[in-house]
Amino acid sequence: MTKVFGSFVANDHIDLTIEPGEIHALLGENGAGKSTMMNVLYGLYDADGGEILLDDKPVTFAGPGDAVAAGIGMVHQHFMLVPVFTVAESVALGYEPTKSMGLIDLAEARKKVREISARFNFNIDPDALIEDLPVGAQQRVEIIKALSRNAKILILDEPTAVLTPQETDELISIMRQLKEQGTSIVFITHKLREVRAIADSITVIRRGKITGVASPDSTEAELASQMVGRHVSLTTEKDDADPGDATFQVRSLTVVDKAENVVVDDVSFDVRRGEILAVAGVQGNGQTELAETIIGLTDPRLGSITLDGKDLVGKSVKDRLGSGIGFVPEDRSTDGIIADFTIRENMILDVYDRPPYAKGLNLKSAVINDEAKKKVEEFDIRLGSVVDPIATLSGGNQQKVVLSRELGRDLRLFIASQPTRGLDVGSIEFVHKRVIAERDAGTPCLIVSTELDEVYGLADRIAVMYSGRIVGIVGADTSREALGLMMAGVPADEALAATAAPEKSDAATAAPDDNCATTSAEETK
Amino acid sequence: MSAQNTAAATPAAKSSAQSKALTPIAWKFPITYSILALVSLICFGLIGRDGETTFRIATGGDFFAIPDVVVSSTVAGLVLSLILVILAAASIYLALKRITLAGWFPMVFGILFVVSFLAWAGGGSGGVIPLTTLLAGALALSVPLIFGAMCGLVGERSGIINIAIEGQLLAGAFLAAVVASVAKNPYAGLLAAPIAGALVAVVLTFFAVKYWVNQIIIGVVLNVLVVGVTSFLYSTVLTENPGLWNSRQQLPNLPVPLLSDIPILGRVLFDQNILVYIMYVVVIALQIFVFRSKWGLRMRAVGEHPKAADTVGIKVNFTRVRNTLMAGAIAGLGGAFFTVGSGLAFGKEMSAGQGYIALAAMILGKWNPKGALLAALLFGFSKSLGNTLQSIGTPVANELLLMLPYIVTVLAVAGFVGRVRPPAAEGVPYVK
Repeated sequence: MTKVFGSFVANDHIDLTIEPGEIHALLGENGAGKSTMMNVLYGLYDADGGEILLDDKPVTFAGPGDAVAAGIGMVHQHFMLVPVFTVAESVALGYEPTKSMGLIDLAEARKKVREISARFNFNIDPDALIEDLPVGAQQRVEIIKALSRNAKILILDEPTAVLTPQETDELISIMRQLKEQGTSIVFITHKLREVRAIADSITVIRRGKITGVASPDSTEAELASQMVGRHVSLTTEKDDADPGDATFQVRSLTVVDKAENVVVDDVSFDVRRGEILAVAGVQGNGQTELAETIIGLTDPRLGSITLDGKDLVGKSVKDRLGSGIGFVPEDRSTDGIIADFTIRENMILDVYDRPPYAKGLNLKSAVINDEAKKKVEEFDIRLGSVVDPIATLSGGNQQKVVLSRELGRDLRLFIASQPTRGLDVGSIEFVHKRVIAERDAGTPCLIVSTELDEVYGLADRIAVMYSGRIVGIVGADTSREALGLMMAGVPADEALAATAAPEKSDAATAAPDDNCATTSAEETK
Repeated sequence: MSAQNTAAATPAAKSSAQSKALTPIAWKFPITYSILALVSLICFGLIGRDGETTFRIATGGDFFAIPDVVVSSTVAGLVLSLILVILAAASIYLALKRITLAGWFPMVFGILFVVSFLAWAGGGSGGVIPLTTLLAGALALSVPLIFGAMCGLVGERSGIINIAIEGQLLAGAFLAAVVASVAKNPYAGLLAAPIAGALVAVVLTFFAVKYWVNQIIIGVVLNVLVVGVTSFLYSTVLTENPGLWNSRQQLPNLPVPLLSDIPILGRVLFDQNILVYIMYVVVIALQIFVFRSKWGLRMRAVGEHPKAADTVGIKVNFTRVRNTLMAGAIAGLGGAFFTVGSGLAFGKEMSAGQGYIALAAMILGKWNPKGALLAALLFGFSKSLGNTLQSIGTPVANELLLMLPYIVTVLAVAGFVGRVRPPAAEGVPYVK
């Protein structure tokens, strides 16, 4: 199978065979072409070459409808659910059971949801609104959708990216159940741990080509080097922190969104000079709002933010930048860069109005050029020319531009949200090294990340956020299981106690234990 | 799994309890109510105008006659104003308690304020307020607005912003007049009007879906285009031989037996021409089908999250085009009310901005047929009120009365639009 976008070959003669009733992992980095391939398979894109054989018969899909009819179901990385629909409506959409005059038979739709939900113990209310459901439940709705159309082959595109470790464990046991009932599963991911936990066979894909078939017994390091094409170190090297004074303090910070929901709830913490505090948590638990409030994009309802003894609340973003905050936003493409501006312009977005870059109303083009070239060298940015639009760069290089801008000044505080989201392994290594270098220079660093690997790689201390609160601040040596429980809202001491319990072997048996722990936590509240 | 879900719910409930204490008091509505109550108390009550106001409820030929209601202008003003002051005080109290007002509150307040105003306006000259005429006028003026709002609603729920409602109304009015005149039959005009509206929608969707032109721009351009074309044909062809091309044709009133004999509202609602009955059917049908049918579900999916619709095999652009054409036909019907519906000949730019007001009604009605209907009736009523007051003569300047519907539009949209959520994907072309 081949798929070409312009001059970019996303899929280059890919051959893939899925056996009935197996879990087949498709492993590759971001941008390797995994999702493109599955979208072709699902009929969303037309292939530019090759063919799809189902039970040895060639099939062509004009659209997803054909693929569904052929028994292929897909759970997309970004869920294909309408937020204002109910679960029953979402599952019915496109395949509506109807009464007379085209009116939907909602009773029938509900029954179907309940039936499948009961079969796999999903616990989904057919009348709940999608937007009110947690992400894990939305994903189960997507699986119900696929199963309600009798999918024989289920494609899961990066299904664990948005889940807590516990939800991931649940998903893995759901996948096992599906497999036992004869469904084939294609599992797309770049997370090595999960692949080893669940896959029957593994295909590794790199830059649109299949680079090899691996067995689930391979070590993570072997899989990683197959995926990236060279040897990579999976751990970030850093010395122990040498923390100084707590120059950055947040006290009782409370932020309310437009709909009057409390998104940051009475949060207090310190970051000391020369240390990295990582904020872990599942996406959407207030980390984004916390970071945006510190930089001044939103005003808190209550609380104080103190940097070097001065309260920042009420100050403009510009004042805060002036007091030495460097900020790497979560969504690079919308908040980090201006896509149509040149690379050198993007490098001075925060300092364009002051010497040496500006004099009066003029921008000093020569100075800007020289500085840009210096930064390109320092940050190893691969580009054609500094006057090209930044949109021409890859994600990794765009992020390096953002970093070069934010780390280019003398900082008193460095904040980065999801600094390596969507980056390849090589760029991740680089970004992590720069962040640690900034820490070693004595800057307090606050890193928000939903990737536990990143949290462990960078953090000196870890603050876990759940539902707007900081559940606890723990050391970097805390176990993955304990962090996972905290990410589901269990207080730190209980999480540590629960995971210290001796009987625990693998993820499958851990899941019920976790539930008990959660229940007891619930009862004690 | 269930344990985890409940565990998730508990802290959330806790923090929302805390948010109550933090929510700033919403002063916007209590202040508005207080000002209106004071205006009523001082102007209509304390200063007031001597004399009596007559509310005429009956019209000739009612099943049984209801006598006119005669009240003293100042007494009515004072009594009603006091009730308004009490309501305003209640709204302040509830705001302090951070309790959201019930939906009927603004309606009751508005009605009382309007009656208080009428009692004042009718006083002095011993004026007669013809209630039935006022309400009948309100419905008549609302008909094109309601059709227009339904058109906008179907379009936007499908993801196409339709600013061209104004043009569709005008095109419908034009074609209905011409066809009815040539055929010497108003019903022929009624058949032609939807075609005109749909044709405008064809151009709209062609550019919006096929060439991804900004939908607001193409809509505005279409409005100007329709004004240009109809005005040109009007001054060249229609005025050459008005007898053939532009003679008056009127849809006859078809009173519904029994229902039309109900006092006041029976007359207003059920002694109408077929176009008004079609309107009732359209609104009720849309209210049911948008939310409970396969067609409606798919339409909303396409307007909210087209990619999700695509992944279940729904043809996004086809759905959008089909629904927008259908919506155009509805707006065309509304246009017919200007000509064959009211027994008038076609006149230049006779839609006079009603398409934009229809758009406002749709937004105010939160993209719901029921809500849009109420909003359109509100605008129609305020216009009818202006007309009635002009004819009985009041101390308020005529120019101000003519502005009434537009002031109401601005206030209503400014007051409520912050709280509505349009279809997420409206105005965004779907590109695979």
